[in-house]
Amino acid sequence: MVRTRKRKDVRERKLAYHLLSLPAIFLSGSIVLLPAIQTIFASFTKWNGISKAKVWIGLQNYQEIFHDWVFWKSLTNNIKWTILFVTVPVIIAMLASVFIAHYRIGHKTFQAIYLIPYLLAPTTNAIIWLNIIFSPNAGLVGFLQRAGWQITSPLGNMSTALLGVAMVDIWHYWGFLTVIFLAALRQTPLDQLESAQLDGANGWKLFFKIYLPNILPTVSLMIVLIVIYSFMTYDYIYLLTQGGPAHSTEVLSTYAYSLAFSAFKFGKAAAVSLSMGLIGSVAAYFYTWLSRKEAIE
Amino acid sequence: MKSKRLLTRSRNQKKTVAFWIAVSILCLLALISLFPLALVVLNSFKSHTEIMLNPFSWPTSFSFHNYVYTWEIGKFGTGFINSIKLTASAIIAGVIGSSTMGYVLATRRVKTWRPLTLYFMLATTVPLQMFMLPLYSTFVDLKLMGNVYAVGVAIAAWNLPMPIFLMRTYFLKVPFELEEAARIDGANTFHVLTKVIMPIVSPGIITVACIIGLFSWNEYLLTTTLLKNEVNFTATLKFLNLNGTFSRDFSVIMAGAVIMVIPMVLVFLLLQKRFIEGMANGAVKG
Repeated sequence: MVRTRKRKDVRERKLAYHLLSLPAIFLSGSIVLLPAIQTIFASFTKWNGISKAKVWIGLQNYQEIFHDWVFWKSLTNNIKWTILFVTVPVIIAMLASVFIAHYRIGHKTFQAIYLIPYLLAPTTNAIIWLNIIFSPNAGLVGFLQRAGWQITSPLGNMSTALLGVAMVDIWHYWGFLTVIFLAALRQTPLDQLESAQLDGANGWKLFFKIYLPNILPTVSLMIVLIVIYSFMTYDYIYLLTQGGPAHSTEVLSTYAYSLAFSAFKFGKAAAVSLSMGLIGSVAAYFYTWLSRKEAIE
Repeated sequence: MKSKRLLTRSRNQKKTVAFWIAVSILCLLALISLFPLALVVLNSFKSHTEIMLNPFSWPTSFSFHNYVYTWEIGKFGTGFINSIKLTASAIIAGVIGSSTMGYVLATRRVKTWRPLTLYFMLATTVPLQMFMLPLYSTFVDLKLMGNVYAVGVAIAAWNLPMPIFLMRTYFLKVPFELEEAARIDGANTFHVLTKVIMPIVSPGIITVACIIGLFSWNEYLLTTTLLKNEVNFTATLKFLNLNGTFSRDFSVIMAGAVIMVIPMVLVFLLLQKRFIEGMANGAVKG
């Protein structure tokens, strides 16, 4: 009697756990997984996105983008973007967080100030920079021009546009990294630090022997995430330059978006998207590998 | 267990030259973070011609006329209501999805935990905008275009993995014995969850709600694609629209920017602890 009750209990519990998995499975399944499968299928078809007719054309979309210079330009820009983002904001954030943690100064104040740009919507930040910084009429650029400086908006020049956009995105992003690094730095064992200081270690030594090794797991995880996000980047580029001038800031996501929603070539756009995903998946592999230890074992 | 001494303890620090260099670099970085925002606030009190003449000049008067005019002309009232609806539906969907799945992944009592963990880990790393095209046509087919609630749910689904793993870390801290004790008293899984576990992880739920709220309030790609009609625009899209139609009147743009910035900063200062905890727990490796 007791045994059957227990078995029934276990069955009830198992069922309950499966039921608990359902909301997330339903959400992700219908809005992420199903469209993902449809995208893979669409990349082998000619489809305008509206009509029901999808014509199977095999690998033609992939062949087309392989010979498309805009695709290669976009891919190069994604790589440049990645290199910029794994260095500039990471170094600034490391510097700021180590200073704050080491000298124990204004921990909360600095953290809050640095985080404000990160909390604002990309649309808000983009419009602010377009008008008050880059505008030749109302912005800092215009003000400096009238003061006699030889300066133009970096967004208007093909060779500097990507840097200009990256500057705004980095301005909004680095504070987030600082918060993450700071949280990791607070786990630094004080004993280690004190004994190193007693040994007369200078700033550089403290950084490379104590601080960096302690936050290295967090830093490497963030770098992998930055690589992944760099291949998905869209908001700031589209809002600031729409990929222009003359495709000079085009990245894979803006290219795929304009192929789909301006040229109505959904099939080709799907092929570009999947190539983007393929490259990102290499970084994804490292991400899973790095976080696997904690979540699975 | 002897607690480890961590850097969280405050220490006496000698005010050396290096200290002052560090402080000035930190202050410079703070200045860079706030400079564009301060300039926007300053110029929001000025007229278009005053801004054109010199963006650094001090306003002649501090009247709220610009704000009132911009609020009306930009239809920010409906924009904020739409943003609230969208964010609320994203938070509800996201919290339900992430807390239930977070519990399943933390307890590991069913065999599906391993494939589910891998799936959601992978979903963090996949560029989701590449799946937007079929989503777009599905929204058209189901007549959901312009439906702020549906778009809110879609945003929650896109951003589900991070809240799931965040909730999982909170569930891991729940003492196992507590749950067993309730079970012996005859409680079923539903009761255990609602009466025993949820009260313990409620700070975690608030944190997750803050993070989902932040994502969805600021979201651009899905909202701009799926909310085509202007009456359904969220505040961020209203502001974008304003920038398109009024790009010649800088005072309207500046006031609009302040209208967008102030609520966000206030909410952040109010819930600062939760936001920072959520971000840090979501990314810091133990």
